[in-house]
Amino acid sequence: MPKLKSLEDLKRLREEAQKDLKVRLKTGTTITVGMGTCGIAAGARETMQAILEELRKRGIDAHVTTTGCIGMCSKEPLVDIEQAGYPRVTYANVHPDMVPRLIEEHLIKGNLVEEWVFGRVTRD
Amino acid sequence: MRELSLHILDALQNSLEAGASKVTLTIEEDLRADRLTITITDNGRGMDAETVQKALDPFFTTRQTRHVGLGLPLFAAAAQRCNGELTIESEPGRGTTVRATFQHSHIDRAPLGDMRSTLLSFLLSGRPVDLHYVHRVDGHQFEFDTAEMRAELGEVPLSHPVVREWLSEFIAEGERELVAHSGTATNSGRTESAR
Repeated sequence: MPKLKSLEDLKRLREEAQKDLKVRLKTGTTITVGMGTCGIAAGARETMQAILEELRKRGIDAHVTTTGCIGMCSKEPLVDIEQAGYPRVTYANVHPDMVPRLIEEHLIKGNLVEEWVFGRVTRD
Repeated sequence: MRELSLHILDALQNSLEAGASKVTLTIEEDLRADRLTITITDNGRGMDAETVQKALDPFFTTRQTRHVGLGLPLFAAAAQRCNGELTIESEPGRGTTVRATFQHSHIDRAPLGDMRSTLLSFLLSGRPVDLHYVHRVDGHQFEFDTAEMRAELGEVPLSHPVVREWLSEFIAEGERELVAHSGTATNSGRTESAR
């Protein structure tokens, strides 16, 4: 990626990003990391960085976001993966060294990493 | 927590939970006075005087999901063991200011740590909130306001992968240059030039 130093560069990024914005918002993948006090203390920020790095390395275009404490503090860091047409899956105690396998299995091969799954929600 | 940037992230998350649309984070490193001051101001829902008094009690929280509120008490303890303190000013409907001070050179002061990851974690929250960030070290400063970024980006969110990459580089470069220009070990637990 070229070095970008000023806000002027954002104008160019805007044009680049707008090309696929509608498609991404409708069909994209969303990864959510719990970022409450419990999550932060358990290493959620580092887990999120590992996810961002893995996505960048593999060239995967996914939306990454955070949420607050959902009350399952002992299971932090919690990571939710939601893909259009698939159940939303929550993985528990996800540490940075687990991220490459998680991305490889779930996002690339389409398999759940069953031993790390904490819950799943199917939407109608 | 092993880095002050983790306390900062936690305090920023409180502003999100309070429904803030504008947050200002200022980190002031005054090496001559040997002080480090971290100030987080938001325009969230704020707290009444009684809630402010309880905010540093680890067994008090306004959340429904759990029965403890450890974030601010841990931040306060980190400041107090470095000859500093944590203060909270708040007004219902107007917002909250949390200020933590530290003796910069104190041996127990945790390093500021990875501010890029902290700021990125906050900015990717997906909430409609803007951050004005100022990091000052003895007159040198790195500053940005996401309101200006959003004005340039239009409907493209800060969380878009292309923008996310740019933000990550932008913040890392700003922090790196600040350290280089100020010529100090801003990220270490102690500062050699403080004496």
